[in-house]
Amino acid sequence: MNPLLERTWRDTGFFSAINHKTIALRYIVTSFAFFVAAGILAALMRLQLAVPENDFIGPDLYNQLFTVHGTAMMFLFAVPVMEAMGVYLVPLMVGARSIAFPRMNAFSYWVFLFGGVMLFGVLALNIGPDTGWFSYPPLAGPEHSPGKRVDFYAQLITFTELAALLVAIEIIATAFKMRAPGMTLARMPLFVWAMVVTSFMILFAMPAVMFASTALIADRLVGTHFYNPAEGGDAVLWQHLFWFFGHPEVYLIFIPALGFMSSIIPTFARRPIFGYPAMVLALIATAFLGFGLWVHHMFAAHLPELGKSFFTAASMLIAIPTAIQIFCWIATLWTGRIVFRTPLLFVLAFFFILVAGGLTGIMVASVPLDLQLHDTYFVVAHLHYVLIGGAVFPLFGAWYYWFPKFTGRMMSERLGQWQFWIAFIGFEVAFFPMHTLGMDGMTRRIHTYPEAMGWGAANFISTVGALMIAASGVLFIVNVVRSYRRGAPAGDNPWGADTLEWATSSPPPSYNFDRIPVLGSEGVVVTGLAEKSREVLITTVVDAMPDHRLAFPNPTIWPFLSAVAVTVMFIGSIFTPWAVVWGSIPIVVGVTLWFWPRKDETREHLALEKRP
Amino acid sequence: MKTLDVSWLPSYKYGHHSLMWWGLMGLIAIEGTALALAAAAYLYVWSQANVWPPNAPPELFWGTVNVALLLVSIVPNHLAKRAAEDGDDARLRLWLVVCLLMGLAMLAVRALEFTALNARWDTNAYGSALWFLLGLHTVHLATDVYDTAVLTVLMFTGPLEGRRHVDAAENAIFWYFVVYAWIPVYAITYWMPRLG
Repeated sequence: MNPLLERTWRDTGFFSAINHKTIALRYIVTSFAFFVAAGILAALMRLQLAVPENDFIGPDLYNQLFTVHGTAMMFLFAVPVMEAMGVYLVPLMVGARSIAFPRMNAFSYWVFLFGGVMLFGVLALNIGPDTGWFSYPPLAGPEHSPGKRVDFYAQLITFTELAALLVAIEIIATAFKMRAPGMTLARMPLFVWAMVVTSFMILFAMPAVMFASTALIADRLVGTHFYNPAEGGDAVLWQHLFWFFGHPEVYLIFIPALGFMSSIIPTFARRPIFGYPAMVLALIATAFLGFGLWVHHMFAAHLPELGKSFFTAASMLIAIPTAIQIFCWIATLWTGRIVFRTPLLFVLAFFFILVAGGLTGIMVASVPLDLQLHDTYFVVAHLHYVLIGGAVFPLFGAWYYWFPKFTGRMMSERLGQWQFWIAFIGFEVAFFPMHTLGMDGMTRRIHTYPEAMGWGAANFISTVGALMIAASGVLFIVNVVRSYRRGAPAGDNPWGADTLEWATSSPPPSYNFDRIPVLGSEGVVVTGLAEKSREVLITTVVDAMPDHRLAFPNPTIWPFLSAVAVTVMFIGSIFTPWAVVWGSIPIVVGVTLWFWPRKDETREHLALEKRP
Repeated sequence: MKTLDVSWLPSYKYGHHSLMWWGLMGLIAIEGTALALAAAAYLYVWSQANVWPPNAPPELFWGTVNVALLLVSIVPNHLAKRAAEDGDDARLRLWLVVCLLMGLAMLAVRALEFTALNARWDTNAYGSALWFLLGLHTVHLATDVYDTAVLTVLMFTGPLEGRRHVDAAENAIFWYFVVYAWIPVYAITYWMPRLG
C-alpha cells in the first residue's frame, strides 16, 4: 500500500465516485439484479405454461412479462455485464492506473441504472411494454399499440445504448493507449482483445438500434411515417435496422465470453493458450462476419431469394472462426495438466451447450427449415442454448474466477460445484424439451394452450427445469454473500494465473499498481509519474512505447447530475416532444460544468507541465 | 531495482498520440454510422416508392449557401487548429471567434433551410427521412458550435494550461467531420431527387 497514491486516487463520495473498479462493481451488481428480476419474470411465465389452459397469468400481463424479460436480459444484463467486466479488468490487465475517461464511465453507469429502473418501474405500474423485445411495427406502431408502453421500450433502448457506446469508447482508448510499456499488441491478453473487438462492434452496431427506436418513437409521438406503409414508409425497414444491430448484439455478448474462456482455460490447464495468433484473428473475423448475418432473422419476411441464400452462406461461414477457437481451447486442455475447479466447470459447459445451440443455429440458418420453425419454441430453445451456454455459463465461471480479485476472498468450492450441476442439469431440463415443442408447432409468446395439443408434458418438464435454474441462482447468491463475509482469504494470485490483474493485491488498491511493470524486461518498473496528482502513462498503440504523461481528472458530482438531466429529458420526451428542447438545457449546463477546468486542478497540472 | 524513468516525457501531445483523439474518433465512428444509416433509411424508403420525391425537392438556395459557408469555414477552422498546435493563444482566440461567428451563421441558414424543404416531417415517409437526416446533421452542427463557444470563452477567461490547446485542435477535427459529413447528405437530399 502506497499511502500517497491512495490519497491521490481514492474516491471522495458516493455520487462523485469515478474509480473504474467501483463503477464496474456497481455495474456488475446492478446488471445482476436486473438478471435476477428478469429471471423471476421467466419463472412466472414457466409457471403459467406448466399446465394447459392455465389462468394464473392473463394475456396482457403475459405480454408484458415476455417483453420485459427479453428486453431486460438483452439490454440491461447481457451487454452491460460484459462491458462491466471489461471496465473492471481491462485497465488491470494492461497495467494501467485507471480506465480512460473515468468521469464518462461514471456517467454511463448512472444512465444505465436510471434506464433500467424506468423499465421495471413501468412494469410494476402495469404499463410495461408488451410487444416483444424486438417490437416490430406495425404492432408496435401508433395504431396498434396506443398508450405509452412502447415508448418506454424505445427510450429504454436509448438509455442503454448511450451507456454502452460510451463504455465501448473507454475500453478501446484504454486498451490502445494505456498499456504498460512493452505490452505490444501481440502480447495483449486475449480477454482484452475480446473486449476491444466487442467495443468496435458496439460502435458500428448500436447506432442502428438507436436510429430505429428514435424513428419508432417519432412515428408514435410526432407523426412521422418511417414504418407506416400508408404514407410511403415500410415496416420491414424496422426489421433491417433492428437486426443490423440485433445480430451483432449476439456477438457483443458472446465475444467477451470467449475472452473469459481464453483467460480461464490456460490457468486451469496450467499452460499458455494454444494458438494465440489464430485466436486473435478468429475474434476479428467473427466481428466482421457478425455484421453479415442480420437477414437470417428475417427469412419469413418478403425478401429476394438470392439475398436469403447469401445470408445462409454467411451464417454457415461464421461457424469457422468459432470452431478455430474451440479447437485451440481443446488443444490447450488436451496438452495441459487440468485442475478441475468451479470456474473451469462452468467454462466446460460451454462446449456442450453452445455447440448444441450452434448446431440448431445451422438448422435455422437454412431458409426452408427456418420457415417451418420461425416463431416457434424451437427458436426459443436455440437462442437460450446460444446465449446461456455461450455467455451466461462462462460468465458464472468468470465470477468464480475473478471474485477473489474483486473481494480478496475465495468463493466456496462446494457450493460452487452444487450450483454448477444444478444449473447445468436444470438448463437441459428446461430448454431441451422446447426443441420438440417447437417442432410440434408450439408458437412463441402464447400465454396458454389447449390440452388437445399434447404439449402439456414437455411444458411441465420445462417448468421443473426452470425452477432448478432458479434454485441454482439462489445458491449462487448465498455463496456470494457468505464468501464476501467469511470466505477464505485469497491472496494476490490464488489460481496461479499469469495476467497482470493477479500481480496486484486483492482487492486492488484505488491506483491499481504501485509499480507499473515494463513487459519484456524482467524486473524493470516505471518511475517518474507524479504521485500527488492523478498522472498516468500514455503509450503508443502498437508497440506500447512510452509516449507521454497525462493528468487524469478528479472525482466530481457532474457526471451524476448530467445523467439525472439526461433521464429527465429522455422520460420527459415520452410525454411531450418539447422535452427534447427544454430538457436539453440542464444537460448542456451539466456537461459544461463537468468539463470546465478548476483553478486548483489547473495549477496542479501546470506544475507538472512539459510542452511536447 | 531497474527503472524506466518517464518524468522527462511531455504532459500532453497532439493528434493520434492523444487519448482524447481516440475518444473523438470513437465518437466520429458512432455519429458517422448513425448518419450513414439515416441516409440508408432515406434511400430504402425511396426504393419502396413509385414516385420520388413525392413532393417538390428542397429549394436549392439556402442549402447551397450553407454548403458554401461550411466549406469556407474550413479555412478559419484550419487556422485555429494550427494556432492551437503552435500554442499561440492570441491567434487561437482570433480564429476561434471567426469560427464561432461562422458557426452561428450556418445555424441561422440551417433554420432557413428547414423552411424551404417543401415537405414536413409528418407529410409522408419521404418527409420523415428528409427531416431526420437534416435534423441529425443539425444536432452535430449545433453541438460543435456550442463546443466552440465554450472553448472560446475559456480561452479568454481561463484557467488555461497547455493541454487546452489539444482540446482546441480536437474541436477543429470534429468541425471537419461536421463539414465533410454534410457533403453526402446534401448530395443525397438536394441533388439525387433532381437527378434520379
